Amino acid sequence: MIRDITIGQYYQTKSVIHDLDPRVKLMGTLVFIISLFLGKNVWLYLGATAFLAMVIGLSRVPLKFIIKGLRAVVVLILFSTVFNLFLTEGEVVLTIWKLQITKEGIYTAAFMVVRLMYLIVGSSLMTFTTTPNHLTDGLEKGLGFLKIIKVPVHEIAMMMSIALRFIPILIEETDKIMKAQMARGADFDNGGLIKKAKAMVPILVPLIISAFRRANELAMAMEARCYHGSEGRTKMKPLKYKKNDYIAYIVMFAYLAGMIAIKVLRPGMI
Amino acid sequence: MGIVKTENLTFEYIRRDENDNVEGINTAVDNVSVEFKEGEFIAILGHNGSGKSTFAKHINALVMPTEGSVWVDGMDTKDDDKVLDIRQTAGMVFQNPDNQIICTLVEEEVGFGPENIGVPTEEIWERVAKSLEAVGMTKFRNASPNKLSGGQKQRVAIAGIVAMKPKCIILDEPTAMLDPSGRKEVIRVLHELNEKEHVTVVLITHYMEEVIDADRVFVMDAGKVVMEGTPRQIFTEVERLKSLRLDVPQVTELAYELKKAGLSIPSGILMKEELTASLLKLV
Repeated sequence: MIRDITIGQYYQTKSVIHDLDPRVKLMGTLVFIISLFLGKNVWLYLGATAFLAMVIGLSRVPLKFIIKGLRAVVVLILFSTVFNLFLTEGEVVLTIWKLQITKEGIYTAAFMVVRLMYLIVGSSLMTFTTTPNHLTDGLEKGLGFLKIIKVPVHEIAMMMSIALRFIPILIEETDKIMKAQMARGADFDNGGLIKKAKAMVPILVPLIISAFRRANELAMAMEARCYHGSEGRTKMKPLKYKKNDYIAYIVMFAYLAGMIAIKVLRPGMI
Repeated sequence: MGIVKTENLTFEYIRRDENDNVEGINTAVDNVSVEFKEGEFIAILGHNGSGKSTFAKHINALVMPTEGSVWVDGMDTKDDDKVLDIRQTAGMVFQNPDNQIICTLVEEEVGFGPENIGVPTEEIWERVAKSLEAVGMTKFRNASPNKLSGGQKQRVAIAGIVAMKPKCIILDEPTAMLDPSGRKEVIRVLHELNEKEHVTVVLITHYMEEVIDADRVFVMDAGKVVMEGTPRQIFTEVERLKSLRLDVPQVTELAYELKKAGLSIPSGILMKEELTASLLKLV
């Protein structure tokens, strides 16, 4: 079950989206996130849905694979739905015992679910279609201007990409440790919240120790291969904007402009 | 001077208690003076804790000697300005394939080293193609390292070092975590590199089968080099190897026992064919 987490993984295939410059994809993700927070309006969400559907279609990442990534956040989504449903004030539609469901509550809950799901799908689409190394390059170049104020952009980007590479390895390790502890009689499924939380300790301790050991070995392997920061480093795949990248920028900003127009023209919820 | 030379190399781990007082000193490498010539295939044998890994890290300037010196291609590892040149001359492959792969694509992984030493973009691509070819992993250049078998991962790690065009490759128990077929793959690739590209190979291992084809073998115990010679010379001394907690290849042991039982066969037999031939002579 723990292997189902697909957030942060790379999905290998050939597509227009995969070939885009990582800076374009980073910007696109940002634009998409901003557009989701423009307001609560059905038309806005329809617009976002259309845009997302288009990108998913172009990326050729199977829908099943994307939806698998959502499973990890089901609890979060349920939480926000319940709270929004019962705690929003407004026109009462239904009363169960002391709890009231309002019309506004239903709308807000629905919007929140969609917003959360789109946020996750939108940002995981970026990692599905961009190799971590590429992503690092994009961040490094896109945020390069921060170097002037002494932000270690390269180092931060490198750390991020390594973290991403180790996600599947650490997940596999968690699985292994869980099985090893289960074989010794550990029980992760029964008991209350506190008991379950306590049961996590024998998983986390070995996991953290082994993560440190891995980090140490990896650092040594990187040093052995002459890694010494960004100074004097060349790129195997240097970033260069191509025709498609400019087109993507145009599409992206047309989308944002369209969304803002909707927001201005239709201020209500529907 | 050979490609790697050490003189009176000593390395001590200092153990401290909680108050930073010296509790004891472990001598991991003890007064080792060796010289490897360019193009040689060197094997270093020793059981766990014999100091062979610490010795290997000295050649790559990852560890500095407590006493004595190490020269790689004439450069002293204590010279701070030469560290990058040394690491480029003597590349190192580690034991755990998962913990030394940095990138998520095989070709990017192989290109990581050349990127670090500032090779121009086009040349990186050439080197990556060539190195992957040399280890027979061209087919997997666009795969994720997570999806490869242990032997394949180790071959990618070797390609990553080969792409830096080192004169010498040091491998610290590269096969310890592999299955037998993965082990064979890696050793075959190493011999090919040694023969075709004339790369000096320093293989650190505790599997006897892997050192049979080496040019010279060093046996380490408690930080010291206790035996040195060709594989045949080393494996003649079955009893001594056993006292060092090392096994000999099965064939060698069988031949040794047969000889001890009174058969007149030569000592230091390494191959099945040799044993069969010498046994047939007796009939």
